[in-house]
Amino acid sequence: MKPASDQKFCFSTILNSTGLLFLVLLWILPTVGLLVSSFRDKDQLALTGWWTALSTTERNEFRRTGISNEQYELDGNYVISGKLIEPGGKLIQTFSTNFRDLTANNAGETAIFKDGSLFTLKKNGDYEWISAVPFTHKRGKRIFYVAKVPPTFSLDNYYEVLTSEGVGQSFINTLKVTIPATVIPIMIASFAAYAFAWMQFPGRQFLFISVVGLLVVPLQMSLIPLLSIYNDIGNYFGVSAKSYPGIWLAHTGFGLPLAIYLLRNYMGSLPREVIESAKIDGASHFQIFTRIVVPLSVPALASFSIFQFLWVWNDLLVALVFLGKKDDQIVLTSKLRELLGSRGDNWEILTSSAFISIVVPLIVFFTLQRYFVRGLVTGSVKS
Amino acid sequence: MAGQLLDSLIAVVSGIGVCVLYFAGSNYLLERIFSDAEGLSSYKDQWRRAIQPWLFLAPALFLLCVYLVYPVYETIRLSFFNFGGFDFVGLKNYLWAFGNPEFMKAIYNNLLWLVFVPTLSVVFGLLVAVLADKVSWGTLAKSLIFMPMAISFVGASVIWKFVYDYRGPDIEQIGILNAFVMLFGAKPQAWITLPFWNNFFLMVILIWIQTGFAMVIFSAALRGIPEESLEAARIDGANEIQIFFRIMIPQILVTIMVVWTTITIIVLKIFDIVLAMTNGQWNTEVLANLMFDWMFRGGGDSGRGSVIALMIMIAVIPIMIWNIRNFRREEEGR
Repeated sequence: MKPASDQKFCFSTILNSTGLLFLVLLWILPTVGLLVSSFRDKDQLALTGWWTALSTTERNEFRRTGISNEQYELDGNYVISGKLIEPGGKLIQTFSTNFRDLTANNAGETAIFKDGSLFTLKKNGDYEWISAVPFTHKRGKRIFYVAKVPPTFSLDNYYEVLTSEGVGQSFINTLKVTIPATVIPIMIASFAAYAFAWMQFPGRQFLFISVVGLLVVPLQMSLIPLLSIYNDIGNYFGVSAKSYPGIWLAHTGFGLPLAIYLLRNYMGSLPREVIESAKIDGASHFQIFTRIVVPLSVPALASFSIFQFLWVWNDLLVALVFLGKKDDQIVLTSKLRELLGSRGDNWEILTSSAFISIVVPLIVFFTLQRYFVRGLVTGSVKS
Repeated sequence: MAGQLLDSLIAVVSGIGVCVLYFAGSNYLLERIFSDAEGLSSYKDQWRRAIQPWLFLAPALFLLCVYLVYPVYETIRLSFFNFGGFDFVGLKNYLWAFGNPEFMKAIYNNLLWLVFVPTLSVVFGLLVAVLADKVSWGTLAKSLIFMPMAISFVGASVIWKFVYDYRGPDIEQIGILNAFVMLFGAKPQAWITLPFWNNFFLMVILIWIQTGFAMVIFSAALRGIPEESLEAARIDGANEIQIFFRIMIPQILVTIMVVWTTITIIVLKIFDIVLAMTNGQWNTEVLANLMFDWMFRGGGDSGRGSVIALMIMIAVIPIMIWNIRNFRREEEGR
């Protein structure tokens, strides 16, 4: 190869790499921010950007000293001592009794107060206040200080949302919606797909084209009539219109066109000889379906399952319409949306809840990515 | 907690169980009633063969009718009735819609989304697909860019709301966008309430999600381009940019159209992001959110809600026809 073209090749490779790297960073940065934040201390999270999470921060605070009845005598002087801050973590840098002058004294030094008393504050927050005359104050004196706070990470935010915010219950609710709403449509669709692919009956082509036509009927078209059907049924039987079977069937109905379409295409492409020879051997359609076609269709079934699973897990609209907002029915997406409204500034709650809601799809996605991609590709690219 | 789990487990198992029972049970009954002991071409056997497809199809056809076919008819009917669905009002709901500034705003915003989201998703998707094919860590890069596809619209909204977070100009920003802006000395902004531009900040979320989808499809399509045609162009002295525009793009044009229309359909139905981020405030209303709003506003107005749903449907129809045609062509090619 000529040196000139070699150089050019190198240059374009570097350009490619940096360009791609930039895009990748841009794409993952928001998610990284969420993840890092969800583990941060909630006070730090509210004050500093997540990108500073690893650096030590400085914070201005104040605490009150002990009051006069805590004093004791020592060598003819009166002393109040104790800890100004809880041990561990923070380190005091400077302190003062005047909030306008936070750097008046360095930690470890002794300050002389107006009344002549001596106040010593160590870095770790231990203080000693010595006076020649007895203390009489009823409220602790305010001490302002600048403290260095090392980065702290914990699972506290997760513990909080899972227990007191009800996100744990929502997680179970979401599973309760998602599993049947994935399995049922696959079962129903694969029987239908088999019928469309390998059985003879009048109107087969017409029915199949109709199903494909339903593929792009927007969900919105169904909601108003369905809501009123559900309410009527609920009133008639005296039960709640919002129920788990109700949402399973809704997700099944909405997922069927795509499922039938994808599965029929896949099953239809299986070798005819296999099915014909089974027929000659006297196998019924039910046997051919369960023993031959289903095992051969595992890749297509898997990719649709992942599709449907992610779709149902991530769905908000259907859940808002067909499920209630009480604790026993609210799903993660719905809960998250509620928290965005009610706890909009509590980022420690939002970030950890959001991560809980996306962790399962992410696991499914990364472990089964191959099937998912294959499903997407066969669905969209003409072979 | 254990009790709740058990309850859920029972519900899940019985839900799926009913479904299994139908298929296994109906088949068992069929074989019992129309047993073919008398030979293959018997009268009973013919009945069995005529009935069986319908047993396989029945649940699917029933659910499709209840959940899609009937509602389409009913929504069209309701659009001519008043809020409770009892009194016929003719075109009143339609006239209301086109005279209503909120509705027109939603149409306008939907058009904005329609122009930018599919276009930018396709552009970024193509860019990543092409770049990733040329570097050794391309698979990892694609995986990371694809990842948002797994995240719900609401989850993504939380992620981006955090990016756009705004604090007053005098305190430290915790939203990375404002921190970045301040790095260049500009003033921090409450991006989500910024008139007009806030639409674009919401669109970014969908582009962020859909680029991965576009990329995966393009990546597969690009691999399908015969290596010889690329090699021939290189020998003829074409540079990479010429190859991209003259050979790659024309070769995968159909795929680009498919991705474009798929994202277009998603955009037409966009709902979760707007609901979670702004709920249509600050001039970010879109059709699907407005429709959801009217389903429940003031006890629910089925007439106006239906009109809005129909608008979404009408926008989708041309794409539906295109899709079915595409499918038929594919069938004939087999």
